[in-house]
Amino acid sequence: MNAPVAVLASRLRADEKRILDAFDRRGVTYEYLDARTLWRTLQGPPERRWSVVLNREIGFARAAGAARMLEAAGVPVLNSAQAIEVCGDKYRTSVALHEAGLPTPRTALALTPEAALDALDEIGYPAVLKPLNGSWGRLVSRLTDRETAETVLEHVAALPSPAAHVIYVQEFIPTGDRDVRAVVVGGEVLGATYRRGAGWRTNVARGASTEPCPLTPELAKAAVAAARCVGADIAGVDLLEDGQGGWLVLEVNAGVEFSGFHRVHGESTSVADRIVDLTMARAEE
Amino acid sequence: MTTSCPECESSVTLGATPRISEILECGDCASELEVVSLNPTTVALAPNVEEDWGE
Repeated sequence: MNAPVAVLASRLRADEKRILDAFDRRGVTYEYLDARTLWRTLQGPPERRWSVVLNREIGFARAAGAARMLEAAGVPVLNSAQAIEVCGDKYRTSVALHEAGLPTPRTALALTPEAALDALDEIGYPAVLKPLNGSWGRLVSRLTDRETAETVLEHVAALPSPAAHVIYVQEFIPTGDRDVRAVVVGGEVLGATYRRGAGWRTNVARGASTEPCPLTPELAKAAVAAARCVGADIAGVDLLEDGQGGWLVLEVNAGVEFSGFHRVHGESTSVADRIVDLTMARAEE
Repeated sequence: MTTSCPECESSVTLGATPRISEILECGDCASELEVVSLNPTTVALAPNVEEDWGE
C-alpha cells in the first residue's frame, strides 16, 4: 500500500477547502502539512511518509523551498520545484514560452532602471512594467509615455533591493480591459474565463469579475502548451487576444487560484476534483 | 459551533467541521482569523499578507 498523500499549505482558503473536501468525499487518507512547521535535514534518509505532496502554499519562498526540500528527500511534489520557480519569475516564464514558440507580447529585461528606459524606447508606449516575482497585479504599472516611465523608474531606483532594479517590461496589448484565464490540470484544459477588471489590471485578487469564455481548440492548445513548457502539471494560464483570432500567452501561475473559475463554471467543472485525480494518479506511480 | 474573536471578543461562527489553518472573518470587526486549534476550537488573528503571496 502506498504512503498517504499530503497537502502542504499554511492558509486554507476556499480553494484549499474545496480540495480537502474532494479528498474527504473519496474517503482518501491524506495528511495536512502546515508549511510554517516544515524543516528537514538534507542528509536524512529518504522521506517515506508521503507518496506525493500537493503544494498549495501561498507564499512563493515557502512553496519553492518546500518543493526543493521534499524533492531532495525523494518525494514527488505537485507542482514541481522547477515549475514553481519558473512560474515565479516572469522573465524565466517568458523565456520558456518564447523557446516553446508560443506567441507572447514583446518583452525586455533591463538590468538597471536607466537601461529600462532604453528598452522602453524600443518596446514603445504604452508599455507595462512588472516586478519579476510579483503576483495579484501588485506594483504592475502601465507606462503611457516616456515621462511617466522616468517617474516610475526613479521610484524603482530608490528601492533598496538590487533585485528590484532588474526591470521586466512588456508591450501593452489593448484588449478592452479583459484577459483570459485557462485552468490546466494534468495536460488538459478544464475551461476558461474572461477576467474583466474595473481598471486595466484584470486580477481576480484585485476584484476583477469573471465571465464564461468559449474554449476554442486554439485557446486550449495554447494553454496546454504554455503549462507544458514551464513544467506545470497544475496551472492557471493567462492569455490575451491578439486581435487577429490568435492568442498571446502572458504568464503561467503554478499556484492557481480558482474561485473565480468556479463562480463561472459552477461545480460541474470541479478544479478541485481534477487536482485530486491527478494527485492520486501520481501517488500510484 | 462558535468561538470568540481575539480582536473584538464577538462571537464567531465556524462551519460544522473546522480545519486547522482555515481562514474566516469576524462578522463584527471584519478581522481575518485563522483556526489554530481544534478541541477546543480556537482562532487567532491570521497573518498579514506577505509580499510574496499569490498565485
